Amino acid sequence: MSDDIRDTDIKKAEFGPEAGPETTSINMAVERETQSRVPKIFKAQAFQIFLVLIVIVIIFSIMAPDTFAQFSNLRLVVQNASILGVLGVGMTFIIITSGIDLSVGSVLVFSGVVSAMVMRAMGGDDWGTALVGFAVAIFSGLVWGTFNGILISKAKVPPLIVTLGSLGMALGLAQILTGGVDIRDVPSVLTTTIGYGNILGSVPIISVIALVVILIGAFVLHKTKFGLYTYAVGSSEEAARRVGVKVDRHLIRVYAMSGALAGLAGILSLSQFSTTAIAGQSQTNLNVIAAVVIGGTSLFGGYGTIFGTVVGLFIPAVLQNGFVITGVQPFWQQVAVGAVLIAAVYVDQLRRASAARGASTSLWSHFFRRKNT
Amino acid sequence: MSTPVLEARGLSRSFGHVRALDDVDFEVYPGEVTALIGDNGAGKSTLVKALSGNLAVDEGTIKFEGQPIQLTNPQQASALGIETVHQDLALAPHLDPVQNVYLGREIMNKGIAGFFGTMDTKAMAKESRRAFDELGATVRSLTSPVGAMSGGQRQAIAIARAVHWANKVVFLDEPTAALGVRQTKNVLETIRRVRDKGIAVVFISHSMPHVIEVSDRVQVLRLGHRAASIETKDTSMEELVGLMTGASTRGAA
Ligand SMILES: Nc1ncnc2c1ncn2[C@@H]1O[C@H](COP(=O)(O)OP(=O)(O)O)[C@@H](O)[C@H]1O
Ligand SMILES: [Mg+2]
Repeated sequence: MSDDIRDTDIKKAEFGPEAGPETTSINMAVERETQSRVPKIFKAQAFQIFLVLIVIVIIFSIMAPDTFAQFSNLRLVVQNASILGVLGVGMTFIIITSGIDLSVGSVLVFSGVVSAMVMRAMGGDDWGTALVGFAVAIFSGLVWGTFNGILISKAKVPPLIVTLGSLGMALGLAQILTGGVDIRDVPSVLTTTIGYGNILGSVPIISVIALVVILIGAFVLHKTKFGLYTYAVGSSEEAARRVGVKVDRHLIRVYAMSGALAGLAGILSLSQFSTTAIAGQSQTNLNVIAAVVIGGTSLFGGYGTIFGTVVGLFIPAVLQNGFVITGVQPFWQQVAVGAVLIAAVYVDQLRRASAARGASTSLWSHFFRRKNT
Repeated sequence: MSTPVLEARGLSRSFGHVRALDDVDFEVYPGEVTALIGDNGAGKSTLVKALSGNLAVDEGTIKFEGQPIQLTNPQQASALGIETVHQDLALAPHLDPVQNVYLGREIMNKGIAGFFGTMDTKAMAKESRRAFDELGATVRSLTSPVGAMSGGQRQAIAIARAVHWANKVVFLDEPTAALGVRQTKNVLETIRRVRDKGIAVVFISHSMPHVIEVSDRVQVLRLGHRAASIETKDTSMEELVGLMTGASTRGAA
């Protein structure tokens, strides 16, 4: 009996052409893509903010051609943004899941402290010690990230609260471990290479490391199933769950990854500054979040790019540098970045609203085209 | 009468003190369209969720092709060839139609690229296009987020996804509620076509003309209990409305 039923089993592959006549009989020609000729990239917020960055660079270059627009100066800007770039990759994934990670700065410090203590205890100044330092820092970050992820996905505590809690815990534990005194013995193999070393003449090694992290992050986010699930979870947790995406596990992995990157940033920071700089990271989380959001990643989840985050990092960095060089009080940088941040979120809101209406999602069309009445 | 492909006996499920399902029996036969009707709150969506692995029941048994089964998650139902278009569609708005059709069942690249977790987006796009064409669905763009599309297009994508993956049972929970005349006609056409492949279709609707037009059998839910199970050719709209409201009784299982 049940064999009869199995005979009617339809293979999806056979499911096809005979549907044709009926389809046409009800007059439902499939409408192919009727896109405008403007390629998608020009509509992306990340690209538009990239143009803003280019304009800023051009303005400063005209104002200070001999100081700002020099390779050595731009190199410095890139070098200073490298650690934030590493953190920005993890933060982009997290914000795309519609989460947030306030703990990155503290986890950076904690990982740096633990790593510095382990390396000090080993006493060596060789690559063996340095590699152990790397492993310890990344592992420390991974543990914090996993801790965040488990509380968020399994215990259902909101990400803002969990990571606010771990921000305090990681920083407090770092201070307990060190007695509040920064550790300054960092193996010189680290400081002379990663810290201020160059390759190819004058390319900072720390920036090359950041670039590698960024490229891998962009590949994973935009090309792999892991990246797709990151968007899916942020877009609709329920939809993802119903088709079998292991949402909890995915969230844990994303937070763990962000933690591990904060750990990596911890040892990079140790190398760059030769100190654990316990008090030096209190604004880091907000700076990274601002960069991600300026880059067009939606705080509501489901939308964002690594490229945008990189651009979003350089806007504050270039403004800061340019204001100093052109003699504007550098405090204006904070004002300007704050304004850009609000503008970016406003644009995201417009985009979401117009997407809901099925209208154009371009910033340009919003500002530069008259309303069709 | 052949064996039901899916059969429920004595299902009950309460939410707090609301008894959404109250000792319900239900069965669907291969190659038949079963209409599931009932007033708002009668328990139709709850029954669909229970039979598609989206909701645990307090009591009762479910049989698939005569064998008792435990449905604990939707993937288990999918593995058996049971697919569902939920009333809320359950699409990810930021993903494009292809990503939605294949979410959770991606075609991975072969070799080294697959090892690094990349997907065969070309193959998935081609198959999705075929699924939409087959359905006669108006899907304008395969690369725009579905959240930016009209209700009708989203509905079409959700239905195409279910039909693409199902080979035993498709549940359609009010699939025409958001649709215009032309699109509704198209969905009814799809329902018949899927049935003709030997797949069982469960169709939930408040539109009695559509129910009469497309179904082979009607099961009426009232207050979480099956009030009637009748062949469509033996009934009328008036009788169905009476059964839904409790004004008449007949053929209760
Ligand atoms: N998740 C839930 N939590 C609480 N009550 C629910 C839930 N789902 C359904 N119900 C209740 O169960 C009853 C049946 O709902 P439902 O199955 O959605 O009805 P229908 O689809 O027939 O309109 C309603 O009273 C509804 O309020
Ligand atoms: Mg319902």
